[in-house]
Amino acid sequence: MTVTPLGIPRRLLEFTLDGEPARVPEGATVLDACRAAGRDVPTLCEGDTLTPKSACRVCVVEVEGSRTLVPACSRRAEPGMEVRTGTERVRHSRKVVLELLASCVDLSTTPRVSGWVKEYGAKPDRFGPDAARLDEEPRVDNDLYVRDYGKCILCYKCVDACGEQWQNTFAISVAGRGFDARIAVEHDAPLTDSACVYCGNCIEVCPTGALSFKSEFDMRAAGTWDESRQTETTTVCAYCGVGCNLTLHMQDNEIVKVTSPHDNPVTHGNLCIKGRFGYQHVQNRD
Amino acid sequence: MDLRFGDGEPTDEERAAIDALLGPPRSSWEGAARDGTEAADLRWARGGREARDRRDLLLPGLHAVNDRIGWISEGALGYLCRRLTVPPAEAYGVATFYAMFSVRPRPATVLHVCTDLACAAAGADGLCAGVESRLGPGSGVSVERSPCLGLCERAPATLAIRAGDPVRTAVSAPATVEAAVRAAGAPDAAPEEPPAVTAVPQAGDPSLTLLGRVGVVDPASLDDYRAHGGYTALRRAFELGPAGVIREVTDSGLVGRGGAAFPTGRKWQATASRPDHPHYLVCNADESEPGTFKDRVIMEGDPYALVEAMTIAAYAIGAHTGYVYLRGEYPRATHRLRHAVDQARARGLLGDDVLGQGYAFDIEIRRGAGAYICGEETALFNSIEGYRGEPRSKPPFPVEKGLFGRPTVENNVETLVNVLPILTGGAPAYAAVGTGRSTGPKLFCVSGAVERPGVYELPFGATLGELLEPAGVREGLRAVLLGGAAGGFVRADELDIPLTFEGTREAGTTLGSGVVMAFDDTVPLPRLLLRIARFFRDESCGQCVPCRVGTVRQEEALHRIVERTGADAAGDVALLREVGRAMRDASICGLGQTAWNAVESAIDRLGAYE
Repeated sequence: MTVTPLGIPRRLLEFTLDGEPARVPEGATVLDACRAAGRDVPTLCEGDTLTPKSACRVCVVEVEGSRTLVPACSRRAEPGMEVRTGTERVRHSRKVVLELLASCVDLSTTPRVSGWVKEYGAKPDRFGPDAARLDEEPRVDNDLYVRDYGKCILCYKCVDACGEQWQNTFAISVAGRGFDARIAVEHDAPLTDSACVYCGNCIEVCPTGALSFKSEFDMRAAGTWDESRQTETTTVCAYCGVGCNLTLHMQDNEIVKVTSPHDNPVTHGNLCIKGRFGYQHVQNRD
Repeated sequence: MDLRFGDGEPTDEERAAIDALLGPPRSSWEGAARDGTEAADLRWARGGREARDRRDLLLPGLHAVNDRIGWISEGALGYLCRRLTVPPAEAYGVATFYAMFSVRPRPATVLHVCTDLACAAAGADGLCAGVESRLGPGSGVSVERSPCLGLCERAPATLAIRAGDPVRTAVSAPATVEAAVRAAGAPDAAPEEPPAVTAVPQAGDPSLTLLGRVGVVDPASLDDYRAHGGYTALRRAFELGPAGVIREVTDSGLVGRGGAAFPTGRKWQATASRPDHPHYLVCNADESEPGTFKDRVIMEGDPYALVEAMTIAAYAIGAHTGYVYLRGEYPRATHRLRHAVDQARARGLLGDDVLGQGYAFDIEIRRGAGAYICGEETALFNSIEGYRGEPRSKPPFPVEKGLFGRPTVENNVETLVNVLPILTGGAPAYAAVGTGRSTGPKLFCVSGAVERPGVYELPFGATLGELLEPAGVREGLRAVLLGGAAGGFVRADELDIPLTFEGTREAGTTLGSGVVMAFDDTVPLPRLLLRIARFFRDESCGQCVPCRVGTVRQEEALHRIVERTGADAAGDVALLREVGRAMRDASICGLGQTAWNAVESAIDRLGAYE
């Protein structure tokens, strides 16, 4: 049985959400409150194991008294605050942000985004055929994982997971500026020349599939990747005594990738190179 | 933290440049020789926390290499990272953020040719083409088209920077192809810039308050500054005590001159009352708004005024360290201010015991490296701290968590300099100048189609026409850009707009940082708008989607309609409106929020594309 630490009890604060009174614990974000109230707020750069950078701006909401819209993922709820999540102004910004994103990167492997594009009436094609895109070839420079910047929305999750929020390896950062900004290792070298330790925690948090297992990348290229045929089994990693939980993704009785439950209080979804990638021996049937 | 620094070794020159800033390395952990001497003791891990705490020296370190060599090699970056215990990927991210740095080899001399609004109107295109044809590949000079160099009163302008020890610079403005090429070839032999006072057409007018000493005092002499009333305001501040100073500033009604117009006294009070220490003072001298050059003129012409004003502000808020974040493109202002700070320190006006009052305060000057976004206050903090100059989410606001996560007051140069007349003349006298909500004198940077461009000082409340009259508007005035690229255009028949925060707001425009740029009908408006759009595209930090992609889509749409009007342009104008609205509503910081202002005003007020 997993023991979940409860923490110190927190006071509740009251505010207004779309005209209805809402109560959330102190320190909760507006997004927490929206989710608790059953509002569906789209998010991309927010993640359950990371402090968000609030860079994607699809979760913006209207807060009474604020000149601009505010990101629900990082704004803390305050007593008496009046939040509106479905106004025309909010829907307009979300629509345009989705259009801007979808017009410059490939969102085909981003979960849920096609639903939001439909829901908000976004038309990414309207910037014309000459709209600048990040059409870049995927970078395959090692046997474990692939970087496909053509799908990268610069959410900063991988940077934060590799850096001070989890792994403390600091192998990647954002380089360049503006539309030319890219996730890169130092001097934009191949991953094999970098400080990367191949923990794969960046893949775990990537919201778009810009970072993926080589196994998944190859299967997608071959047209054999099929999530509907996959099963997931959570087990304990056998490499050392820490006891990290592994979720094995199986397709046709083969492990196709390994993730880790984010609600595990020890690892919060993080693994090391062995737990994440060291599964080939399991399916060595010779 | 488990860092990997790679195999690249610095050259002796690169090592010397970094060691000159940081001192020689003390153990092999931070790059000393591994030759068995004491310094190579592998058990002596000074490269840990102690070095990491100096992360804020990353930007000065990058400058040191770039100044000496002209670009930043892998070996140099690796060595700097080792010295400061900074992950190389992060340092690479920082180095590639700033326009003045290069991580690829380039010639030692870089000639920046300003192609921004005032210079473009004054023929920058021809200048650029001429310079490029003379300084092609193999000339040993890299010609770079640059955003506003802050020399708009002498447009068109160029700035040559030659790497070496010491780095040499030469400004050429107004520039001819001949003069610019000569300055790039021999920066040492370039003719001296005209004194700062030539940018003050009203010089000698006894009613000047903020500009009164420019051209009158010797900017290098502390004694001369004192002989012209310098340091009376600081003495008065010590008489009043910190709370008294804040009261005076609050009563004066002074609001920030950087564009946001926040009450200065309230900001100071909020910081002063925070229980956590240390408190910091940051002077924003990164004026990069196209068309703005007033802070440069003050720092070049009256640098001690800023030193004194910062001392007063720091005393009021309980700060013992102040940072001046100074535009990298302002070599003369940097030189003059550095000299002034050194002199003040030598004479006990900075240091452990300011004026013998037992109050400690010192000023550090940090150079920017070419990034407009670093004028945004939280981006500026990140830049000083050695991170990419990306704005932070607010709240928390700087008065709670600013520089190094501590309570911080950030004011721009003009705001701070206003504190001197408030203290010497008293708050009521100051508040009597100007209008009810906009008190005191205000500096305006007038450039473009005028006979006498320069910095003008007028009490708040004068109309746009009253400002432009002494500047001498040329025939055929078509539009005036108020507030720079982030501001808005007004028509030639709207010159009765009062130049106050409330007056411009009522007229549906903004005062911004005080830019007043006049354009006559010879300037093609669509080209101008395209230049503004390119500026924002180039200067977006890239952090948030509405700004990173929105500025690109804005520029693309303006490209499509550059020669079109009416129904042909209507679709793209509608697209611009939609994208602009989302940028204004959903961007993280002011850059993205204002990137559509000028274009919108040109469409709505000037009828561009009709």
